[in-house]
Amino acid sequence: MNKLSLLDLVNLVIRRDLTLAMRRRADVLTTLIFFVLVVSLFPLAVGSELDMLRKMAPGVVWVAALLASMLSLGRMFSADYLDGTLEQMLLVPQSLSMLVLSKIIAHWMLSGLPLVLIAPVLGLQFDMSGEALLVLVAALLLGTPVLSMIGAFGAALTLGLRGGGVLVSLLVLPLCIPVLIFGAGAVTAVTSGMSAASNLSLLGAFLLMSLLFTPWVAAQALRISME
Amino acid sequence: MLEVTNLSCARGEHPLFADLSFTLSAGELLQVQGENGSGKTTLLRTLCGFMQPLAGEIRWQGQSVRELDEAYHADLVYLGHMNAIKDELTALENLRISSALAGCAVSDNVAVAALRRMGLRGRETFPVKVLSQGQRRRVALARLLISKAPMWILDEPLTALDVGAVGLMQELIGEHLGNRGMVIFTTHQALEVSGVETRRLRLS
Repeated sequence: MNKLSLLDLVNLVIRRDLTLAMRRRADVLTTLIFFVLVVSLFPLAVGSELDMLRKMAPGVVWVAALLASMLSLGRMFSADYLDGTLEQMLLVPQSLSMLVLSKIIAHWMLSGLPLVLIAPVLGLQFDMSGEALLVLVAALLLGTPVLSMIGAFGAALTLGLRGGGVLVSLLVLPLCIPVLIFGAGAVTAVTSGMSAASNLSLLGAFLLMSLLFTPWVAAQALRISME
Repeated sequence: MLEVTNLSCARGEHPLFADLSFTLSAGELLQVQGENGSGKTTLLRTLCGFMQPLAGEIRWQGQSVRELDEAYHADLVYLGHMNAIKDELTALENLRISSALAGCAVSDNVAVAALRRMGLRGRETFPVKVLSQGQRRRVALARLLISKAPMWILDEPLTALDVGAVGLMQELIGEHLGNRGMVIFTTHQALEVSGVETRRLRLS
């Protein structure tokens, strides 16, 4: 009889996914470079009107973050599916939901966290104030994990399908719109002199809700896809 | 003990087999036979719980595997067509991670010893992508040496293996059966374990 504690499982899966990503750095960099390029092209294309740049900054950063997270979704389960390691993961003598949650955490550390860290630098291109930058980082910190979690559900459901990449975007993007609205809204609120608290609280509520439900839903979706 | 009663499986709309019943007790070896497409892999995957049968029941130690779920997985090693190893990791890392995920964490020394027994001496810290197909299969098979699970489900374990490795597999299965384990496997090659009668299940 083999035994595995819940904490060991989380630790093991996160360490494994991070090690794998470090051996294949190009994949991680693709997401980050895409994000940096998209956000940086806007000030160049729109021109140097500071008022307009300040106004559009939160929207541009959030849309770019959303698209960048879509770009990285394909990696979440497909490599493990193709070489058979996902089958072995279904046989792990522990909760599959926790395993999926660990994979989501690892995925966020590789595709969400770098965006959060680089966002303030990119915000400077749009002449954002210090306070706005702080709220932008806070909103991204609350919002990007939600994008990873909703994305995990979509990626699990479209696993092994032809044209799954397009399908997963169609499936996941509409579900991510609330995060986009409140994430960008938080920064807009601060720049127009209001408090960002309500927007950030709603983002926090999204985070808790998706933490509660998406790992389980994604685990069920994986079971269906593996049949 | 594994009891299978009146099992029926289908792949999509296409029925594969129906009313299949057998039991397997400790120390027994069962070979599933049949032509290509007769449902051998489907049967093994159903026994692992990846697929739900159309009808019938699978019981492990007297309890339905659906209820046991994780407790059943802890008693099971499955080796599929795919090796389930990562190209980017070394043989040693692969073995340590897959064993730990199966609930059987081992030290470097134990893992290295297992790889050496599988004939991978000197290749332990090579990335798996530089190994040959047969060597990759050996890395995957090394999991069997470490696991303490009583039930082995092996789908074509001998693919890509040379004569020496086939002999080693026979030895491993013999040892496992001697420790009151049980093995279900499919193969198109000859696999005879000395001192043990191979039970055969023919799918048609």
